[in-house]
Amino acid sequence: MATSTMEFKIYRYDPDKDDAPYMQDMSVQVDFAIDRKLLDVLTRLKANDDTLSYRRSCREGICGSDAMNINGKNGLACLTDIQELKQPVVLRPLPGLPVIRDLIVDMTQFFKQYHSVKPYLINDSPRPERERLQSPEERDELNGLYECILCACCSTSCPSFWWNPDKFVGPAGLLNAYRFIADTRDEATNERLDDLEDPYRLFRCHSIMNCVDVCPKNLNPTQAIGKIKEMMVRRAI
Amino acid sequence: MSNSSIPVRKFDAVIVGAGGSGLRAAIQLSEGGLKTAVLSKVFPTRSHTVAAQGGVSASLGNSEEDHWHWHMYDTVKGSDWLGDQDAIEYMCRKAPEVVVELEHFGMPFDRTDEGKIYQRPFGGHMSNFGEKPVRRACAAADRTGHAMLHALYQRNVRANTQFFVEWMALDLIRDESGQVLGVIALEMETGEVVAFHAKATIFATGGAGRIYYSSTNAFINTGDGLGMAARAGIALEDMEFWQFHPTGVAGAGVLITEGVRGEGGILRNSDNERFMERYAPNAKDLASRDVVSRAMVTEINEGRGCGPNKDFVLLDITHLDPATIMKRLPGIREISIQFAGIDPIQAPIPVVPTCHYQMGGIPTNFKGQVVSADGVPVKGFYAAGEVACASVHGANRLGTNSLLDLLVFGKSSGDSVIEDLASGAIVHKDLPAAYAERTLARLHRLNTQTGGSNVNETRLELQRTMQKHCGVFRFKDMLVEGVAKIVEIEKAVARTEIKDKSQVWNTARVEALELDNLIEVAKATLVSAEARKESRGAHVRDDAPDTPENPNGRDDANWHKHTLWEREGSSLSYKPVTMTPLTVETIALKTRSY
Repeated sequence: MATSTMEFKIYRYDPDKDDAPYMQDMSVQVDFAIDRKLLDVLTRLKANDDTLSYRRSCREGICGSDAMNINGKNGLACLTDIQELKQPVVLRPLPGLPVIRDLIVDMTQFFKQYHSVKPYLINDSPRPERERLQSPEERDELNGLYECILCACCSTSCPSFWWNPDKFVGPAGLLNAYRFIADTRDEATNERLDDLEDPYRLFRCHSIMNCVDVCPKNLNPTQAIGKIKEMMVRRAI
Repeated sequence: MSNSSIPVRKFDAVIVGAGGSGLRAAIQLSEGGLKTAVLSKVFPTRSHTVAAQGGVSASLGNSEEDHWHWHMYDTVKGSDWLGDQDAIEYMCRKAPEVVVELEHFGMPFDRTDEGKIYQRPFGGHMSNFGEKPVRRACAAADRTGHAMLHALYQRNVRANTQFFVEWMALDLIRDESGQVLGVIALEMETGEVVAFHAKATIFATGGAGRIYYSSTNAFINTGDGLGMAARAGIALEDMEFWQFHPTGVAGAGVLITEGVRGEGGILRNSDNERFMERYAPNAKDLASRDVVSRAMVTEINEGRGCGPNKDFVLLDITHLDPATIMKRLPGIREISIQFAGIDPIQAPIPVVPTCHYQMGGIPTNFKGQVVSADGVPVKGFYAAGEVACASVHGANRLGTNSLLDLLVFGKSSGDSVIEDLASGAIVHKDLPAAYAERTLARLHRLNTQTGGSNVNETRLELQRTMQKHCGVFRFKDMLVEGVAKIVEIEKAVARTEIKDKSQVWNTARVEALELDNLIEVAKATLVSAEARKESRGAHVRDDAPDTPENPNGRDDANWHKHTLWEREGSSLSYKPVTMTPLTVETIALKTRSY
């Protein structure tokens, strides 16, 4: 057994008993043969101290629950290899959102922005009896967009979102906005562009590209935002 | 605390669970204008439907001829004739309609060259009543569940559905007549306990795969709906039938879709042999899941496993065009790199059968109404998806029928609620006296317990017991011993202790409450499995071997019937399998081979 001790510094805050947040030193025995991902080690830490609080569910990078700030960079605990982490591993909640407890943030603002882009197909033509047709090439346009897991790693790494979380849609919301703009079955492209043509909603993006750097699904919100801007320019001329 | 201290919120309907079936039901109710509350332990798109990969079945016939009747035959055969044929006919006939509807909701299916929904072959999907494989699984790459769950959530955003996110339902409210009047739930952020008083309650809480140590299931799959139903005196049906998916990543348990074999993947043993040819000469690697899982375990047990400990087999796609892998199986490639440390374009994936799906559940009819043993609906109570047992999956589920189940029965349960409310069959009844006592007592015990058992250790013991005593192959003595062990573990569950006493996002408390549900499911499973003295579908035991009188160990004369387990006294009863479909002829009992 390749066991070893791992050292952590973890952000702790329980509003029920703590006056203020603090960083807690924690250590845990890990077995590298079994523990591969940060989430495996968090499970061990929690077995020792059941007050440690974080969200988790699928443990395979598809549900988007366990996003956190890991050694200064946002990521999913379940997709982060422990052997690559510098120790002590510093864990903090996602930046820019209110902390509820420990590594759990209040995601209300994030989802509000997602909902603001009308993230659903708009097509008011009479429903055909069978599926609406879409060529494989048209469908390919949705690749790199529909795979978003709404983990918020991107938006909470974006300085523009930190400053204006109420006004700037943020990379996740904009990626999803473009997912519907790019869908040949959607009939609301103009409305969608009108809605985003705003100094804050879209144009707070300054292509810093933190979002691209942190996306655990290797998606590219900056590129999607660029395409929305291009479409605005094209329809203006 | 007394009942009067609990806030009560009134709704027409409350849906517990916001995975595929809960969201599909919610669309019906929201668009139908009912005042509906949807409760979920997690944000809806984090529900476990998100992890489904390979596809959703429907006989669209987009690439070759197909027919719902063939789909029905395959499902009955896959179920080892334990599925109810009325529900199976209903599901298979409805499949094209609900899948096309999902496409209209915005689901980004892959496409054929003609622009239609892309379909791939899958295990047990055959044309012309079992003749040869057919393309029936409608897919969005290998992320079908993710694409579906998001599309359903998005449709609910459009419909303005009212969600209660990160609320955990704790107990069902029933009155003395047995009518269901809603649930008591806990808001995780604040620790507040609220009664959701509803005319209709739909359970869409998903499965309980976390009763096993090695599972493809998410942490949240703790059988909450089953635990709540069992505590409220609802019997659980066919709980001995658990699907072990052939291809979980060895060691990690993460799912590798059957779609990999649908796209041409092959299972190999340590001799590099395509061993499925020996077990299923016709369907080979695309035989039903129970058949493939048993073949794999047999290979490993007979010394033909791979790796230093000879404890897994290999899933090989190195012969496929890398472009196909990148286009059709990109998620699998990611998972293999992440969790097996190999790129499947270059090397085969180490896989083992892993607990995946619960065929049993809360007994319902095909309308999604929960029914008692004699088939009479329990007033005000509905269930859909993995928590329910309609029964369409019988003793073994076909791949992609789970996503179909969500759509069909999510929708039908929603329609039944609308109908039952419109007809005046169900109205708001007063909450009974002391309805919250049991729940508050559970919470109070957790807050005050000292010198109790550790939640994490108790859960691990439960999971290891299930893994050892009730796995792919089952043994008479092990089952008997397993029942005794579970009864001991149950005592530890009754006195769990948590150190975390906070009211705010207390995950220790949530895990302890989940364990209360896991133990009900584990006990139901072991007791039901110990009692069923035959082999059928996913339930195969050493003392019911393949004989000329009972091929495959199946004993139709004595055991062609559904199990019903009741929590009170842990007692068992049985009910007949519905062999009469809605419009077509019975698919008669037959020995199953692929």
